[in-house]
Amino acid sequence: MNENEAYVRPKKKRSFSEWFKSGDGQRATVIIVFLFIPLLLLLLFTYIPFLKMVQFSFYDMKYIGGKTFVGLKNYIEVFQRSDCFKSLFVSVYYMLGAIVQLALALFFASLMVFGVQGSGVFKAAMFFPYLICGIAVGFIFKFFYARGFVLDSLLQMIGMNIENIPMWLQDQKINNISLAATSVWRYTGQNMILFLGAMMSVDSELYEAASLDGANRWHQFLYIILPSIKSIVVLNIILSISGSLSAFEPPYVITNGTMGTGTYFVIMNRLAHENQKVGLACAMAIVLLVIIILCTIAQKLFFAYAFDDGTDDESKAAVRKRKKAAKVALKAQQGGGSTV
Amino acid sequence: MKKVHIGSVIFSIAKYVFLIAAAFVAIIPVCVCILTAFKTTEEYNTTSVLDFPQSFGYFENFKIAFEKANMLGGFLRTGIVLIVVLAASIFIGSMLAYVLNRFKFPGNGLIQNLFMFASLIPGIATQVTVYQIMYSLGLINHLYGYMIVLMGTDIISIYIFLQFFENLPVSLDESAIMDGCTYFGVFFKILFPLLKPAIVTSMVLKGVSVYNEYYMSNLYLQVPELRTISTALYTFTGPYGNQYNYICAGVIITIIPILVLFLVFQKQVYGGMAAGAVKG
Repeated sequence: MNENEAYVRPKKKRSFSEWFKSGDGQRATVIIVFLFIPLLLLLLFTYIPFLKMVQFSFYDMKYIGGKTFVGLKNYIEVFQRSDCFKSLFVSVYYMLGAIVQLALALFFASLMVFGVQGSGVFKAAMFFPYLICGIAVGFIFKFFYARGFVLDSLLQMIGMNIENIPMWLQDQKINNISLAATSVWRYTGQNMILFLGAMMSVDSELYEAASLDGANRWHQFLYIILPSIKSIVVLNIILSISGSLSAFEPPYVITNGTMGTGTYFVIMNRLAHENQKVGLACAMAIVLLVIIILCTIAQKLFFAYAFDDGTDDESKAAVRKRKKAAKVALKAQQGGGSTV
Repeated sequence: MKKVHIGSVIFSIAKYVFLIAAAFVAIIPVCVCILTAFKTTEEYNTTSVLDFPQSFGYFENFKIAFEKANMLGGFLRTGIVLIVVLAASIFIGSMLAYVLNRFKFPGNGLIQNLFMFASLIPGIATQVTVYQIMYSLGLINHLYGYMIVLMGTDIISIYIFLQFFENLPVSLDESAIMDGCTYFGVFFKILFPLLKPAIVTSMVLKGVSVYNEYYMSNLYLQVPELRTISTALYTFTGPYGNQYNYICAGVIITIIPILVLFLVFQKQVYGGMAAGAVKG
């Protein structure tokens, strides 16, 4: 391409149509044409809303009607209102849920990586919840947790007395755990597929060599599998933090955020669309965004220092030998690790 | 002969016990829904939820769910939205990735950073002000408005295509240019057909998220005639509050299409998941 440009450039004055047909002209055209729509959409649905959000967060306003400048009052309110700031603590349940989910996914992926009869069935059964829409998951678990219904009946079957069984969705001590568990149910299989994909990218010769050297499965896991998926596991742990902070669907559908189950977004959604406290909702969004940006910076620093030993590149080299689709899949994974 | 270690036998048994248990936990909530969906209202009121229905030939609940929630319309609209949004985001994502990956021009780095930063902003957070923009553009309560907003919030496929272009050698472009191909020709004739794996990946990820999308559908398609499948399902919260035999039928109806697609395209789905690990 560069040679092509160099060839065209010496011609001095050209008419527009000449320039248009030349390499440079084409280049410019293709850049403008291909960028126009994506950039328009990006501005319209991300950056203009974002800037407006920053602006609105300093005003007391509704969707329709006038607005009054109130300075930092909205931000102060975010930290003082009991429903706003406390809802961040509800996220802790989802964070712990995410840790459990990652641990389970890692556990099952490591069981599967050594070869299992009927692994296709297990994989499909565990992965499938991921594909069910959030509303359906909500209904399934409303039914599952309702007094005297699925979970209670199952527990009675194994001999528990109904009086000893807590109210899964009403008891404020455990209802957030019940809700976070639905996320674990939904995403564990999907995480397992991710980890399994990364584990499978390890060269099979490595396993053979290891077992020839007398390494047992535990050693194989510790010295071959774990290093190969280190970066994707850490990445997922960090992503789960911002994911937990933005947890929305389980409480929204199952309990509608009542009885102390309102997560940050459920509260924000209520303030914005039901109470029409647009300024306050915008301030909440900005506060959350700042937290997420801080998490991302921490992640970048962590990756810069913790993964400076070339393990990433080794596994990349192994991947290259694999078939093209798998290669592309994993590149995206690892490359993404350093960009997001 | 190979020596059989007692340890590895125990390991094998334990392995299957854990896997079977996990598979059960994963499917039981759905299975109970299936049982309930086949029960008559009287049966539902009198039997335990774990009991089998009298017959699996009782389809009345499905009929009621289908008609009352207008699920056919929901499927139709979700189908249209899926096709349009998937096609659009494939073109938008691949064209953008082509330009950003292949050309050096002022602002290239800036644009990449803008997209990167955009992916940090949680979707629900900005909807407060996106709603205002949609309102002023007159896009609320139009199916095309919903489609446009779904295309506009698509960062995943852009990433997938950007990563993929890194692996496509530039020499492909160069030799085509030498042969007198235009840049448009290079993209549409040479590179686009090679993008197939990336297209599959972005279709899987985007497809799942569009099929399951509820929040924006609820916000921007407020009239009942425009409900998509997830908002149609949500209508069960009102009148049928505790009639779970109807609700379960509705849930099963929404699950069936995606289950069939999943079973047919299992391999592609797993591959797509692995490729989209970042946003999982």
